[in-house]
Amino acid sequence: MRENPVFKIVSKILFGPIIIYGLYVQFHGDYGPGGGFQAGVIVAAAFILYSIIFGLERVRKLMPVIFVNYIMALGVLVFAGTGIASIILGANYLDYSPFAYKIYKAQHLGIIVVELGVGLTVFAVMLGLFYAFSGFKPKK
Amino acid sequence: MVEFWVNVFLISLLVVITFYIIRLKSLIAIVALSGAYSLTAAAIFVNMDAVDVAFTEAAVGSGISTILFLAALRYLPLEEAHHTRFSGWSLTLCIIVGLMLINAAFSLPDFGDPGAPAHLHVAPRYIEESYPLFHIPNVVTNVLASYRGFDTLGEVVVVFTAGIGVIILLTGSTLSMRFRKSENLPVQNKEASKKET
Repeated sequence: MRENPVFKIVSKILFGPIIIYGLYVQFHGDYGPGGGFQAGVIVAAAFILYSIIFGLERVRKLMPVIFVNYIMALGVLVFAGTGIASIILGANYLDYSPFAYKIYKAQHLGIIVVELGVGLTVFAVMLGLFYAFSGFKPKK
Repeated sequence: MVEFWVNVFLISLLVVITFYIIRLKSLIAIVALSGAYSLTAAAIFVNMDAVDVAFTEAAVGSGISTILFLAALRYLPLEEAHHTRFSGWSLTLCIIVGLMLINAAFSLPDFGDPGAPAHLHVAPRYIEESYPLFHIPNVVTNVLASYRGFDTLGEVVVVFTAGIGVIILLTGSTLSMRFRKSENLPVQNKEASKKET
């Protein structure tokens, strides 16, 4: 299957648009359906498609395992750090109102940052699970 | 009326898929059918106007989890183990629990009933406030990330912990340990495969 040029070219063409669509779902979550959970899965799906067609080694060069592990923790830190930032600015934990002067701008900002944290964690967990499942056994 | 018949069609499709999942022996076919099951469930959610849930179900349920199941199938035999012992007690238990569930479903509020308990507590406030106060058209995202931000933080931590746990289980303890073991890992696997054959 990997030698089939149709799969190779289609997956190469689709790789970029899938990631852009994932980013659209990520940052457009407060206007339309979507958000961090879905976007993380979509972006991870782009990498998984690439690894199915071109082999795991090339994706591991693109997105190393240790990098994925760091992103996993980074997402949770971004989310929890938003809460710490609002405490430092003098509000309750995860209260977005002190981030901007107008309350709706503060809400938009807080939601975008928090959803980014969700997206990063979900993306890294999905990709890490795929690495762990498919890359553990050495090729014969 | 159209929505009702679409729902009837989709739910009977779910029943047919479940029947085949139980009957079939080939594990790859079962994995593919469970992906189809998730996609049909996502269609039902779209029909009920729960677009966010449908999106998640389509992406996670029929996309990623099917791929993860297929990746896990590399370590499993292709056929389900032969297991056809019939037990009368199990059948009776299934029928009793099924009847109880159907009975309970009759006392649920109707779909979209404005007097349902879920729609009386805080939901009206969310719907009224979300757009005029925060300029956020998608109330689901607003509830998820703003009103219930603490819950979502918990969910993200759960995803993180579960992912870390599975990855550690599958790849063998920490990163440094893995680098140390990477030298003799193929040998171990060769021995294991020799024992199997």
